[in-house]
Amino acid sequence: MNVMEDIQIDQAQLQLDRFVSKEVYVHLETTNGAYASHFDDKAYNVGAFIRNAKVSYTHAKIVGSGNAYRVGLKLDIGWIYAEGLSQYELNEEGQLLMAGHDREGRLMVALQISETPFKY
Amino acid sequence: MEKHVVVIYPHPDDESFGASGTITKFRQEGVPVTYLCGTLGEMGRNMGNPTFANRETLPEFRKNELIDACNVLDVELQMLGYRDKTLEFESKNEVAEHLLGILDELKPSLVITHYPEHAVHPDHNALGAAAIEAVGRIDENSRPTVWAQAITRTHQVDLGKPDVEIDIAPYFKKKMEAILAHQSQAQGVLGSMSDTSDDMEEIAKERLGNEFFYTWKY
Repeated sequence: MNVMEDIQIDQAQLQLDRFVSKEVYVHLETTNGAYASHFDDKAYNVGAFIRNAKVSYTHAKIVGSGNAYRVGLKLDIGWIYAEGLSQYELNEEGQLLMAGHDREGRLMVALQISETPFKY
Repeated sequence: MEKHVVVIYPHPDDESFGASGTITKFRQEGVPVTYLCGTLGEMGRNMGNPTFANRETLPEFRKNELIDACNVLDVELQMLGYRDKTLEFESKNEVAEHLLGILDELKPSLVITHYPEHAVHPDHNALGAAAIEAVGRIDENSRPTVWAQAITRTHQVDLGKPDVEIDIAPYFKKKMEAILAHQSQAQGVLGSMSDTSDDMEEIAKERLGNEFFYTWKY
């Protein structure tokens, strides 16, 4: 079973560079869960999700230190970025999965890049 | 006695947390139960603790957990194939027609679903509304009863006391077993229900000791 590992910044940069100028599918999400304001009435439910956005980026960079990183993808006419990424995995399909989890292991943010569409 | 009970919820684990005591009661009476599960919980945040799933592997884990839980509860399972967190954006009419097609075949005497606008998660509210719409399209003479489950903090204030209360104490062991079949979710979900305890069985007994429903009035 594959388990996500703590991000090694140099390795992550190499993986990001691998997709430069290729047509790729991007999954980007962030969420604090549908129950955030149910369990805490001072909390807000916020989230955003895009799956299989077909893009091509000219340049990618991972920045950060310790246990939280930011990744930005520069597009011809725009940008994609995610903040709070701490773990990554290159899965069997060659997809680069990056995510940030809270201390209970719940996913807070994910940025994933693939040369083939993500399933489901 | 009920003839056939159909449970309609959107996520793998809704059946175990929400209605597995009631389901067990019906199964022990010999009543067939079918679970129509809307999605595979693809967007769940709990990835196991310690984490063992990721966004791409979670649906497969949850599908297997769902099958395990349905085996524990001895219920038939149909997966409806929607995507987690998107049910409220689907056409309510199309979802209702989809459900109606299945209900026409199963001919249940009782349908259990979420109470629209009182079920916290947007998928709960949307699938509950579509299920209630579907049942409403069945001819009055053969229309099953609907038990709607409300889980908002204020549902008793808003809706009054639920008219159906199932004491699940005799079925709690089965309920716990069904919840624990959802390995990627059980600990995270129960943990979020309590700040003071990390004993999963204790939290479940306190928070999930009874199952309440409102009989829907058409």
